[in-house]
Amino acid sequence: MLNIIKNKDGSSLNIALEGRLDTTTAPELETELKAALPETTSLVMDFEKLEYISSAGLRVLLSAQKLMNKQGEMKLIHVNDVINEIFEVTGFSDILNIE
Amino acid sequence: MKELKIEAAVDRLDEVLAFIDAELEARDCPMKAQMQIDVAAEEMFVNIASYAYAPGHGDALIQIETDPDTRVFSVTLIDSGIPYDPLKKADPDVTLSAEERGIGGLGIYMVKKSMDAVSYRRENGQNIFRMEKKI
Repeated sequence: MLNIIKNKDGSSLNIALEGRLDTTTAPELETELKAALPETTSLVMDFEKLEYISSAGLRVLLSAQKLMNKQGEMKLIHVNDVINEIFEVTGFSDILNIE
Repeated sequence: MKELKIEAAVDRLDEVLAFIDAELEARDCPMKAQMQIDVAAEEMFVNIASYAYAPGHGDALIQIETDPDTRVFSVTLIDSGIPYDPLKKADPDVTLSAEERGIGGLGIYMVKKSMDAVSYRRENGQNIFRMEKKI
């Protein structure tokens, strides 16, 4: 179960995720991002209420980061310790812009 | 030991994790370890669901056990699909930049990094993958 809460202000997009970003739900985020990112130059993803992330979720984040590197910036905010550890182990903490 | 026999399909993932979480919660497993075990179980179950029987269908058997003395929790995933040793997959280079990173190989790497021990064996036409973590 994943809730995706989008807040758009011109070319700035804030996406808050609530729940689980896993094999079942990652395609939902991928679809949302595909639709919204072409006109976004600043992407903020709020992980305050994200409880879980698996490699399926990491793949979506990596694609988004690659795209945003070309056209603007992307950052993650409010990442909890447990999810941060997953980023550390996978080297994603060096790739993603975590605030 | 507890067992769950379930169709190896991605849409059964929630049931697999609920089965594992019930045991971990009953053992007062810390949240961090529980998430790492869930992530590992998800990777391995989704692997079986995606590849073991393709293009057909089959079941996975999931066995879990907690040693009450050492608090070592183990998950064993068994399938009767094509032989596949996930531990043979090369580790991804986690030092590469976003542009250089591919999207494959991360799952099994996360499993190896977050579990204390993992093993694979092929026996009687079955793939048997076992992982352990102290909780």
